[in-house]
Amino acid sequence: MESTSQIDAHWKGILECAAIEVFAMMASTELRAMAEQPDHPGGEQTAMVGLAGALCGMITIRCKPETAVKLATQMLGEDARSNPSMVGDALGELCNMVAGNFKSKITGLADHCMLSVPTVIWGEDYVMQTVQPNSGLQFALACDGLPVWFALVTHG
Amino acid sequence: MSKLRVLIVDDSSVMRKIVERSLRQAGLDIGEVLEASNGAEALAEVSKSKFDLILSDINMPAMDGLEFLRGLAGVESARGVPVVMITTEGSEARVVEALSVGAKGYIRKPFTPEQVKERVAPLLGGGQ
Repeated sequence: MESTSQIDAHWKGILECAAIEVFAMMASTELRAMAEQPDHPGGEQTAMVGLAGALCGMITIRCKPETAVKLATQMLGEDARSNPSMVGDALGELCNMVAGNFKSKITGLADHCMLSVPTVIWGEDYVMQTVQPNSGLQFALACDGLPVWFALVTHG
Repeated sequence: MSKLRVLIVDDSSVMRKIVERSLRQAGLDIGEVLEASNGAEALAEVSKSKFDLILSDINMPAMDGLEFLRGLAGVESARGVPVVMITTEGSEARVVEALSVGAKGYIRKPFTPEQVKERVAPLLGGGQ
Protein backbone atom coordinates (compact mmCIF):
# COMPACT_ATOMS: atom_id res chain seq x y z
CA MET A 1 0.00 0.00 0.00
CA GLU A 2 1.34 3.46 -0.89
CA SER A 3 1.90 6.03 1.79
CA THR A 4 -0.80 8.66 2.17
CA SER A 5 -1.07 11.86 4.13
CA GLN A 6 -4.53 12.87 2.95
CA ILE A 7 -7.36 12.30 5.37
CA ASP A 8 -10.23 10.42 3.81
CA ALA A 9 -13.71 11.84 4.31
CA HIS A 10 -14.79 8.66 6.10
CA TRP A 11 -11.98 8.59 8.65
CA LYS A 12 -13.70 10.81 11.20
CA GLY A 13 -16.57 8.35 11.42
CA ILE A 14 -14.17 5.42 11.54
CA LEU A 15 -12.15 7.02 14.35
CA GLU A 16 -15.37 7.76 16.27
CA CYS A 17 -16.47 4.17 15.86
CA ALA A 18 -13.05 2.86 16.92
CA ALA A 19 -13.07 5.05 20.02
CA ILE A 20 -16.61 4.13 21.04
CA GLU A 21 -15.82 0.41 20.71
CA VAL A 22 -12.60 0.59 22.70
CA PHE A 23 -14.07 2.66 25.53
CA ALA A 24 -17.11 0.38 25.77
CA MET A 25 -15.17 -2.89 25.69
CA MET A 26 -12.08 -2.00 27.69
CA ALA A 27 -13.39 0.66 30.09
CA SER A 28 -17.11 -0.19 30.25
CA THR A 29 -17.74 3.44 29.36
CA GLU A 30 -20.25 4.77 26.90
CA LEU A 31 -19.09 7.66 24.76
CA ARG A 32 -21.91 9.79 23.34
CA ALA A 33 -22.13 12.50 20.74
CA MET A 34 -21.94 15.97 22.27
CA ALA A 35 -24.93 18.23 21.72
CA GLU A 36 -22.47 20.99 20.90
CA GLN A 37 -18.74 20.69 20.21
CA PRO A 38 -16.64 22.80 22.62
CA ASP A 39 -14.71 25.62 20.96
CA HIS A 40 -11.23 24.40 21.79
CA PRO A 41 -9.69 21.10 22.83
CA GLY A 42 -8.98 21.07 26.54
CA GLY A 43 -8.03 18.81 29.40
CA GLU A 44 -4.88 18.29 31.40
CA GLN A 45 -4.22 14.72 30.30
CA THR A 46 -3.16 13.84 26.77
CA ALA A 47 -2.13 10.46 25.40
CA MET A 48 -0.59 10.13 21.96
CA VAL A 49 0.38 7.28 19.68
CA GLY A 50 2.45 7.73 16.53
CA LEU A 51 1.62 6.17 13.17
CA ALA A 52 4.34 5.22 10.70
CA GLY A 53 4.30 3.51 7.34
CA ALA A 54 1.39 3.71 4.93
CA LEU A 55 -0.07 6.42 7.14
CA CYS A 56 2.25 8.74 9.09
CA GLY A 57 1.02 10.92 11.87
CA MET A 58 -0.42 10.77 15.32
CA ILE A 59 -3.61 9.93 17.17
CA THR A 60 -4.27 11.69 20.46
CA ILE A 61 -6.82 11.49 23.24
CA ARG A 62 -7.23 14.43 25.60
CA CYS A 63 -9.46 14.74 28.65
CA LYS A 64 -9.78 16.16 32.14
CA PRO A 65 -8.09 14.37 35.05
CA GLU A 66 -11.41 13.29 36.57
CA THR A 67 -12.31 11.57 33.31
CA ALA A 68 -8.90 9.91 33.12
CA VAL A 69 -9.27 8.65 36.70
CA LYS A 70 -12.74 7.30 35.97
CA LEU A 71 -11.48 5.45 32.89
CA ALA A 72 -8.49 4.03 34.77
CA THR A 73 -10.61 2.73 37.65
CA GLN A 74 -12.98 1.13 35.18
CA MET A 75 -10.04 -0.60 33.50
CA LEU A 76 -7.84 -1.44 36.49
CA GLY A 77 -9.97 -1.21 39.62
CA GLU A 78 -10.03 1.20 42.53
CA ASP A 79 -6.24 0.98 43.05
CA ALA A 80 -5.85 3.31 40.10
CA ARG A 81 -7.70 6.14 41.86
CA SER A 82 -4.72 6.96 44.06
CA ASN A 83 -2.04 6.12 41.52
CA PRO A 84 -1.41 8.86 38.93
CA SER A 85 1.03 6.67 37.03
CA MET A 86 -1.64 4.01 36.50
CA VAL A 87 -4.06 6.70 35.34
CA GLY A 88 -1.61 7.95 32.71
CA ASP A 89 -0.72 4.44 31.58
CA ALA A 90 -4.39 3.51 31.25
CA LEU A 91 -5.08 6.53 29.03
CA GLY A 92 -2.03 5.63 26.97
CA GLU A 93 -3.28 2.09 26.49
CA LEU A 94 -6.70 3.37 25.48
CA CYS A 95 -5.04 5.59 22.88
CA ASN A 96 -2.98 2.65 21.63
CA MET A 97 -6.09 0.50 21.25
CA VAL A 98 -8.09 3.26 19.57
CA ALA A 99 -5.25 3.73 17.07
CA GLY A 100 -5.00 -0.02 16.49
CA ASN A 101 -8.75 -0.38 16.10
CA PHE A 102 -8.85 2.62 13.75
CA LYS A 103 -6.22 1.26 11.38
CA SER A 104 -7.66 -2.24 11.45
CA LYS A 105 -10.91 -0.81 10.06
CA ILE A 106 -9.22 0.71 7.03
CA THR A 107 -8.54 -1.67 4.18
CA GLY A 108 -4.83 -2.17 3.59
CA LEU A 109 -3.70 -0.10 6.57
CA ALA A 110 -3.57 -2.79 9.22
CA ASP A 111 -0.57 -4.57 7.73
CA HIS A 112 1.24 -1.46 6.55
CA CYS A 113 1.02 1.01 9.40
CA MET A 114 2.93 0.60 12.65
CA LEU A 115 2.08 2.14 16.01
CA SER A 116 4.51 3.70 18.45
CA VAL A 117 4.33 3.06 22.17
CA PRO A 118 2.03 5.60 23.84
CA THR A 119 3.28 8.87 25.30
CA VAL A 120 1.31 10.70 27.99
CA ILE A 121 1.47 14.43 28.69
CA TRP A 122 0.33 15.97 31.96
CA GLY A 123 -0.69 19.61 31.83
CA GLU A 124 -2.73 21.87 29.61
CA ASP A 125 -0.38 24.67 28.66
CA TYR A 126 1.38 23.20 25.64
CA VAL A 127 1.37 23.40 21.88
CA MET A 128 2.00 20.28 19.83
CA GLN A 129 3.90 20.69 16.58
CA THR A 130 4.53 17.80 14.21
CA VAL A 131 7.03 17.73 11.38
CA GLN A 132 5.39 18.55 8.05
CA PRO A 133 1.83 18.63 9.30
CA ASN A 134 -0.45 17.93 6.40
CA SER A 135 -3.99 17.62 7.59
CA GLY A 136 -5.96 16.65 10.60
CA LEU A 137 -9.31 16.14 12.21
CA GLN A 138 -10.52 16.41 15.75
CA PHE A 139 -13.76 15.96 17.63
CA ALA A 140 -15.06 15.53 21.13
CA LEU A 141 -17.30 12.80 22.47
CA ALA A 142 -18.98 12.99 25.86
CA CYS A 143 -17.99 10.74 28.74
CA ASP A 144 -20.42 11.33 31.62
CA GLY A 145 -21.06 14.76 30.16
CA LEU A 146 -17.39 15.78 29.99
CA PRO A 147 -15.59 16.05 26.66
CA VAL A 148 -12.99 13.55 25.56
CA TRP A 149 -11.08 14.88 22.56
CA PHE A 150 -9.83 12.64 19.79
CA ALA A 151 -7.49 13.92 17.09
CA LEU A 152 -5.74 12.52 14.04
CA VAL A 153 -2.88 14.48 12.49
CA THR A 154 -1.19 13.18 9.37
CA HIS A 155 1.99 14.25 7.66
CA GLY A 156 3.71 13.14 4.51
CA MET B 1 -9.54 -29.39 39.93
CA SER B 2 -6.94 -26.91 41.16
CA LYS B 3 -7.07 -23.30 40.08
CA LEU B 4 -5.38 -22.31 36.87
CA ARG B 5 -1.83 -21.00 37.02
CA VAL B 6 -1.43 -18.34 34.36
CA LEU B 7 1.47 -16.44 32.78
CA ILE B 8 0.69 -13.08 31.17
CA VAL B 9 3.36 -11.65 28.84
CA ASP B 10 3.09 -8.01 27.76
CA ASP B 11 5.45 -5.03 27.86
CA SER B 12 2.62 -2.88 29.21
CA SER B 13 2.00 -3.33 32.94
CA VAL B 14 -1.46 -1.84 32.45
CA MET B 15 -2.32 -4.38 29.79
CA ARG B 16 -1.10 -7.23 32.01
CA LYS B 17 -3.48 -6.04 34.73
CA ILE B 18 -6.34 -5.66 32.25
CA VAL B 19 -5.82 -9.19 30.95
CA GLU B 20 -5.74 -10.64 34.47
CA ARG B 21 -8.85 -8.69 35.42
CA SER B 22 -10.64 -9.91 32.30
CA LEU B 23 -9.73 -13.53 33.04
CA ARG B 24 -11.17 -13.20 36.54
CA GLN B 25 -14.26 -11.27 35.36
CA ALA B 26 -14.84 -13.99 32.77
CA GLY B 27 -15.46 -16.45 35.58
CA LEU B 28 -12.49 -18.68 34.80
CA ASP B 29 -11.04 -20.45 37.85
CA ILE B 30 -7.87 -18.39 38.00
CA GLY B 31 -5.34 -18.95 40.75
CA GLU B 32 -1.81 -17.61 40.70
CA VAL B 33 -0.97 -15.18 37.89
CA LEU B 34 2.64 -14.40 37.03
CA GLU B 35 3.74 -11.62 34.71
CA ALA B 36 6.57 -11.13 32.26
CA SER B 37 7.33 -7.99 30.27
CA ASN B 38 8.88 -9.69 27.23
CA GLY B 39 9.51 -13.07 25.68
CA ALA B 40 12.89 -13.58 27.34
CA GLU B 41 11.44 -13.05 30.82
CA ALA B 42 8.57 -15.35 29.93
CA LEU B 43 10.90 -18.13 28.79
CA ALA B 44 12.74 -17.84 32.10
CA GLU B 45 9.43 -18.23 33.96
CA VAL B 46 8.26 -21.29 32.02
CA SER B 47 11.65 -22.91 32.50
CA LYS B 48 11.24 -22.59 36.26
CA SER B 49 7.68 -23.82 36.71
CA LYS B 50 4.57 -25.21 35.02
CA PHE B 51 1.63 -23.10 33.82
CA ASP B 52 -1.87 -24.06 32.71
CA LEU B 53 -2.27 -21.12 30.33
CA ILE B 54 -0.08 -18.47 28.74
CA LEU B 55 -1.38 -15.23 27.23
CA SER B 56 1.15 -13.22 25.28
CA ASP B 57 1.34 -9.95 23.39
CA ILE B 58 2.90 -10.19 19.93
CA ASN B 59 4.72 -6.86 19.71
CA MET B 60 7.22 -6.51 22.54
CA PRO B 61 10.78 -5.22 22.85
CA ALA B 62 13.75 -7.50 23.63
CA MET B 63 11.97 -10.68 22.49
CA ASP B 64 8.60 -10.49 20.77
CA GLY B 65 5.74 -12.95 21.00
CA LEU B 66 6.73 -14.89 17.89
CA GLU B 67 10.30 -15.44 19.10
CA PHE B 68 8.87 -16.44 22.45
CA LEU B 69 6.69 -19.07 20.78
CA ARG B 70 9.68 -20.48 18.91
CA GLY B 71 11.71 -20.60 22.10
CA LEU B 72 8.84 -22.23 23.95
CA ALA B 73 8.99 -25.24 21.62
CA GLY B 74 12.26 -26.23 23.24
CA VAL B 75 11.01 -26.05 26.83
CA GLU B 76 9.92 -29.45 28.13
CA SER B 77 7.72 -28.07 30.93
CA ALA B 78 5.76 -26.01 28.40
CA ARG B 79 4.64 -28.98 26.30
CA GLY B 80 0.89 -28.91 25.84
CA VAL B 81 0.41 -25.58 27.58
CA PRO B 82 -1.99 -23.49 25.48
CA VAL B 83 -0.65 -20.12 24.39
CA VAL B 84 -3.10 -17.43 23.31
CA MET B 85 -1.76 -14.33 21.58
CA ILE B 86 -3.13 -10.86 22.31
CA THR B 87 -2.55 -8.07 19.85
CA THR B 88 -3.61 -4.57 18.98
CA GLU B 89 -2.22 -4.73 15.51
CA GLY B 90 -4.66 -5.78 12.85
CA SER B 91 -1.96 -7.68 11.01
CA GLU B 92 -3.32 -10.96 9.72
CA ALA B 93 0.18 -12.06 8.74
CA ARG B 94 1.49 -11.82 12.32
CA VAL B 95 -1.49 -13.74 13.66
CA VAL B 96 -1.15 -16.46 11.03
CA GLU B 97 2.56 -16.74 11.80
CA ALA B 98 1.84 -17.02 15.52
CA LEU B 99 -0.65 -19.82 14.91
CA SER B 100 1.85 -21.60 12.67
CA VAL B 101 4.53 -21.62 15.35
CA GLY B 102 2.40 -22.95 18.17
CA ALA B 103 -0.18 -20.46 19.38
CA LYS B 104 -3.55 -22.08 20.02
CA GLY B 105 -5.59 -18.94 19.50
CA TYR B 106 -5.60 -15.19 19.54
CA ILE B 107 -7.52 -12.29 21.05
CA ARG B 108 -7.59 -8.94 19.32
CA LYS B 109 -7.78 -5.78 21.41
CA PRO B 110 -10.24 -4.36 22.28
CA PHE B 111 -11.86 -7.32 23.98
CA THR B 112 -14.49 -8.06 26.60
CA PRO B 113 -14.18 -10.65 29.39
CA GLU B 114 -16.79 -12.70 27.54
CA GLN B 115 -14.64 -12.75 24.42
CA VAL B 116 -11.63 -13.79 26.48
CA LYS B 117 -13.65 -16.68 27.90
CA GLU B 118 -14.85 -17.72 24.44
CA ARG B 119 -11.28 -17.94 23.18
CA VAL B 120 -9.62 -19.40 26.28
CA ALA B 121 -12.13 -21.79 27.87
CA PRO B 122 -12.14 -24.36 25.03
CA LEU B 123 -8.38 -24.71 25.40
CA LEU B 124 -8.54 -25.61 29.07
CA GLY B 125 -9.30 -28.98 30.58
CA GLY B 126 -11.80 -29.60 33.36
CA GLY B 127 -14.85 -27.92 31.86
CA GLN B 128 -13.85 -24.30 32.50
